[in-house]
Amino acid sequence: MKKRVVITGLGVAAPNGVGIPAFTKALKNGESGIRHDAQLEQLQFSCQIAGQPQISDELKSQYFTELELRGFNSTGILYGVIAGIEAWKDAGLTIENNENPDWDSGTIFGSGTSGIDKFRESIYKIDELQVRRLGSTVVAQTMNSGVSAYLGGKLGLGNQVSTNSSACATGTEAIMMAFDRIQSGQAKRILAGSTGDSGPYIWAGFDALRVCSSKYNDNPELGSRPMSGSAAGFVPGSGAGALVIEELETALERGATIYAEILGGNVNSGGQRGNGSMTAPNSTAVQRCITGALNNAGIAATQIDAINGHLTATTKDSLEIENWTKALGLSGADFPHINSLKSMTGHCLSAAGSIESVATVLQLHEGFIFGNTNCEDLHPEITALIDPLKVPLKTINSNPDIIAKASFGFGDVNASIIFKKFQK
Amino acid sequence: MNKEELIAQLKVIIKPYTTNTEAYDNLTEETDFINDLNINSANLVDIILDIEEAFDVVIDNTDMERMLDVKTSVEIIETKLAAK
Repeated sequence: MKKRVVITGLGVAAPNGVGIPAFTKALKNGESGIRHDAQLEQLQFSCQIAGQPQISDELKSQYFTELELRGFNSTGILYGVIAGIEAWKDAGLTIENNENPDWDSGTIFGSGTSGIDKFRESIYKIDELQVRRLGSTVVAQTMNSGVSAYLGGKLGLGNQVSTNSSACATGTEAIMMAFDRIQSGQAKRILAGSTGDSGPYIWAGFDALRVCSSKYNDNPELGSRPMSGSAAGFVPGSGAGALVIEELETALERGATIYAEILGGNVNSGGQRGNGSMTAPNSTAVQRCITGALNNAGIAATQIDAINGHLTATTKDSLEIENWTKALGLSGADFPHINSLKSMTGHCLSAAGSIESVATVLQLHEGFIFGNTNCEDLHPEITALIDPLKVPLKTINSNPDIIAKASFGFGDVNASIIFKKFQK
Repeated sequence: MNKEELIAQLKVIIKPYTTNTEAYDNLTEETDFINDLNINSANLVDIILDIEEAFDVVIDNTDMERMLDVKTSVEIIETKLAAK
């Protein structure tokens, strides 16, 4: 029999809040983490605003030893370790220093790249014929699996320790991979999540594609406008989200706080066929991903109380809403509430799915649906599909039971998950 | 620089990499970096780079491979300093 899978710990390093208490407060109050970025301005980016977690040196030293911080230059690993260890401790789990690792626990912690600043620093040294002076940590900081390797060592994990990568679907996919592994009895708990580096060297490619928001450089907090009629590109973001995904049985045995249950989900691709391409989603695949998640979870579309969308603030937002209406067979006033975290954090790319899943689970656990900012002027193509009241502008204290989450990424890849308030 | 001064300076360089404080506090010429001080072998590379910077010398790979304890390290650094 398939195991039931629950969430017992949460951690986050988001642009609008580092740590669950600060992040929850920001969510409820619509606090923005988008700031002007002097480096982007200096480098003449068209978009000069960004979302970056604010990490003090003091906080850093709580998670890394002095030795680890020597020559350390990987924001992705920094955010991932902070969020991951917060989630682990939040789950009531301890960090043991035994001879053997914890064979039942692993981590699947995704990333798009790793240590891009360290990589840049190394390239300069290499070209100056200083290979021998690179130091010992370039590999650990720049390998894509750096974040899971750091976490695995700090926590002594003995089950699967891996990093997945599927562009902006990475975080959501990581949770699904953890779900599958636990449901099939191959692990008791997996620290699932994802991280994304900060800075110009990670964001430049998007600026070059002209898909970033460039009209709000003087008004950063207004720059990220998902679902808005005046949306004109996404604001680049970064950070990490982490969730301890655990078998129900062991969670109950431990007396752990259960934040939510994962009923099921789905991962697929549009194969860059139909209207899909490297950068655009195949609508048929998006709809199949959502209906597949409903089937996998064993629920009807009408049971969904809210959706946490991908909704980046590009021209594709209306198409995403259309895909949700078609996949669910619900529109107008029948459509569930929908929100996008990106209005407050920007698009955290490889970290988006996990940070947004943390936000989704917090809504179920605490009984609210956070409000969308910057979309008072809802896009007319969206109002033609769903009742504007379904896009709350202020946080509402309803008590959602089931929330659907989806993320889509370059390469025409999709991931969606059905989260439910836990009931024995 | 005499040997005692050299060891004292080496000791400062090694400090951040060691996890065995007792062995570190009782450091002698016979102290082995890996076996006594529990230094991660990958960090030997960083120690060499720190030594190069502190003493303004260049240590090639052959010498580096031998620098596993205080005594050999001091000998090699002395030789490099004398050749300057």
